[in-house]
Amino acid sequence: RVSLQNSSYKGPYCYQKLKEREPRASIRFKCALANTILDVLRQRPGWVEVKEEGEWDFYWCDVRWLQENFDHTYMDEHVRICHFRNHYELTRKNYIVKNLKRFRKQLEREGAKQEAARCDFFPKTFEMPSEYHLFVEEFRKSPGITWIMKPVARSQGRGIFLFRKLKDIIDWRKDGARPDDQRDEIQVENYVAQRYIENPYLIGGRKFDLRVYVLVTSYIPLKAWLYRDGFARFSNTRFTLNCIDDQYVHLTNVAVQKTAPDYDPEKGCKWMIQQFRLYLTAKHGAEVVELLFAEMDNIFIKTLQSVQKVIISDKHCFELYGYDILVDQDLKPWLLEVNASPSLTASSQEDYKLKSRLLEDTLHIVDMEARLTGKEKRVGGFDLMWNDGPVSRADGNVDSPGNGSFMANTHLGIWTQTRESHPGLSRVGRLGPRGKGELGRGAI
Amino acid sequence: MQLDQDTGLSLTIAQIVQRLKGSSLHSQLERQARISLHRPEIKLESLKEDIKEFLKTSAPAEHIKEPLSYMRKSQGSWEKRILKSLNSMCTELSIPLARKRPANEQKELLNKWNEMGTDEPDLSLFRPVYAPKDFLEVLMNLRNPNYDNGDQPSFRNHLGLIQVPLKIKDIPELKDYFSELDLNAGQLGIDDSTQVPPGWLKCTFFAVLAEQDSAAAQQYVRQGCPTALRAELWALILNISNQSEDILYYEQLKSNVVQHDLLVDSLIYKDVKLTASNDDYYFVFEDYLYQVLLCFSRDTSVLEHFTYNSATPPKSYIRGKLGMEEYAVFYPPNVNFKIFILSVAPLCFLYHEPSKLYQIFREMYVRFFFRLHSISSHPSGIVSLCLLFETLLQTHLPQLFYHLGEIGAQPLRIAFKWMVRAFSGYLATDQLLLLWDRVLGYNSLEILAVLAAAVFAFRAVNLMEVTSLAAAEAVLADLSTLKVMPLLQIFLFATVT
Repeated sequence: RVSLQNSSYKGPYCYQKLKEREPRASIRFKCALANTILDVLRQRPGWVEVKEEGEWDFYWCDVRWLQENFDHTYMDEHVRICHFRNHYELTRKNYIVKNLKRFRKQLEREGAKQEAARCDFFPKTFEMPSEYHLFVEEFRKSPGITWIMKPVARSQGRGIFLFRKLKDIIDWRKDGARPDDQRDEIQVENYVAQRYIENPYLIGGRKFDLRVYVLVTSYIPLKAWLYRDGFARFSNTRFTLNCIDDQYVHLTNVAVQKTAPDYDPEKGCKWMIQQFRLYLTAKHGAEVVELLFAEMDNIFIKTLQSVQKVIISDKHCFELYGYDILVDQDLKPWLLEVNASPSLTASSQEDYKLKSRLLEDTLHIVDMEARLTGKEKRVGGFDLMWNDGPVSRADGNVDSPGNGSFMANTHLGIWTQTRESHPGLSRVGRLGPRGKGELGRGAI
Repeated sequence: MQLDQDTGLSLTIAQIVQRLKGSSLHSQLERQARISLHRPEIKLESLKEDIKEFLKTSAPAEHIKEPLSYMRKSQGSWEKRILKSLNSMCTELSIPLARKRPANEQKELLNKWNEMGTDEPDLSLFRPVYAPKDFLEVLMNLRNPNYDNGDQPSFRNHLGLIQVPLKIKDIPELKDYFSELDLNAGQLGIDDSTQVPPGWLKCTFFAVLAEQDSAAAQQYVRQGCPTALRAELWALILNISNQSEDILYYEQLKSNVVQHDLLVDSLIYKDVKLTASNDDYYFVFEDYLYQVLLCFSRDTSVLEHFTYNSATPPKSYIRGKLGMEEYAVFYPPNVNFKIFILSVAPLCFLYHEPSKLYQIFREMYVRFFFRLHSISSHPSGIVSLCLLFETLLQTHLPQLFYHLGEIGAQPLRIAFKWMVRAFSGYLATDQLLLLWDRVLGYNSLEILAVLAAAVFAFRAVNLMEVTSLAAAEAVLADLSTLKVMPLLQIFLFATVT
């Protein structure tokens, strides 16, 4: 291999040349999960699973391990781990609210009023019980609207309920009306009260949310990739505001849908995001849809920027986030939450394929094999969205967002070249810069 | 006397012209007439006779009667078989073919018209009336009684399942016919990497839509439609404008559904539940599917298009009103609703207003899809498509064709279900829509046979290694990753023949 200069030279596109890395003979990995990621790791050429106490080069860990061990685990320079130490700044509902509020104020102070205004993608949220009085003030301003109460740290739709009257939560505060499974944890847990989006965009009369994947390999400087695939998760029942006790209608997490009485595991509750984009484009036209997706790019970038200074940017860490986005009837996207451990369990064959590709591509970017040059703008299904600055689609010219011809290097929901290999070719190792003739006609 | 007749006729014509003035039909006719005036072969003196001759020899769409009597006979007996099956199901289940709904039931149905999918009636006893492979069996047994094997040397060597000698195109003819798909012509679906089409394409389509030029639209969509304009372009080509009388017509059908309950309704419910509800992409449109199909099964104007095939289409009467025409209910020509469902569902991506969706579907059915379910000699009929498919494969991939035949995996056994459903449910939605762009553009279903052959050609290497029908099915089970246009282009224009 040609050795690269050992410098931190910044090229015209703000790419940093990689320090020299040695390709390793074999990569020892550990994996805390028993689902798709384990399959992907086991199938990766040159990667070897290590047992309990062995040394590892790569660990797909769970957050619990991180909490207990990260601080006193020594890692060699080349070692990689799939979480940032304090990712909860982004993923806990009460922290992200704080971080966004602070970031917005900072932008306003810096005079970037327009950018600050673009931080309004998070529905009004109040921490409970600490901000209870602020919440009541807001509540009284708009009587009759629906609010949603969510526990800050739980996932998969557990512990969530909707309400319209203060009476509902006054009772709850007194521990009277809370569902049984929450009673034991009331002391430890915090909640947030959030404004419920009452006018979601509906398809076929059903509510849905979008799951999008964003990979961050560094916070300082910020380097983030956006995956082209994703999906829209539909509620099994038609949307109505009449019955806010029916959590099956309102919550679109697959995990919650699975317990709904009419859930059929064979039934597809998901659309690939490409399908969603196709549907919207046919209905509203391409320009409107481009705008929606640009607004979503804005959500991803602003949230990451808002935690840039608080996250401990350890070079060993990378993280694959699952963003949950809700689109309303005016085609405005709202951030519901960010997941640091998006579900990697597959709900169907197609889902398994999507998640396998997602994880394979993630590992390509983490690049334990030291194959990337560092100049790539696209790896597999990932597009480089932010590299210490916005990344543009155009090859060559220096662009800035102010420049009218800037087009972001994101392709969420665009059909990629089909993954079907020509018989005889393998998929591993097909990396390369994106270009029009990249895969060519022959590779259908 | 002669003079009176002529003036009377002229008056009528003048009145018609007056009524047509301003309509898109009128401007199209006018344009065509002006263009024709300049053509050397048109002579005003003999214009009247020439027109008569022209009308006699040109084939007006689907209204021409099936010329081959053995085909007509076959279609007739197939329909009888279906009706018999329906009738026996009724008897078995003690359900009438049709009955009037009591008032409270009518009210209930009207209330939940927009969410019929929430109903869960007990449908376990209803079985499908027939499966595609039953239909294939019928087609395989078609024989031309006048045919002598020695007559057509090219057909003598045909080893496929279809054994009737119909006229089909060969590759040179197909290349010519589908010339707009050539490798050198820009295609939407290949040459656009985003959803926003390049500038020149946009201008063309916008101009066509502004002028409401149906013929031009049909020509341009041969190279594919931009996603955002597809709904309008297809509506233009199919001449659907969703005027108030069209909406009224749909409402009338809807009220028929509310008033009467048909046996086929249960079959529709069952098939929608099974097919769409379990399909990853179509499940969202379940409610639309009921709305369209229940109305369709009562749309007697559709049946006019099928009188060419047999004496009378299957008919039933509301219980107790036997023989009274106003209580007659027609049966749709094809009661395998899975096939209908798969034709409607992709349209739900484009049309969201029920009456417009209904009309588009009905027009697509009447122009194209019905040919996939009835026995005829038409070049877009299922028999011709099967023959075209087999011939293409046998001519250009003889080793594969022979190998698959030897192991009992005749290619048509697998490709039949793709073609009979116009590939709906097999291709990814965007690919399916690109394929149907070409169906509309060329006003023909032949592209389905070409695509089927192209798929086999693409997976030929793997198929040569299989040793059973099941294994062949497995290789061809998943078409969802295929890109339709590159496949077609390579097969037609880049394969060495």
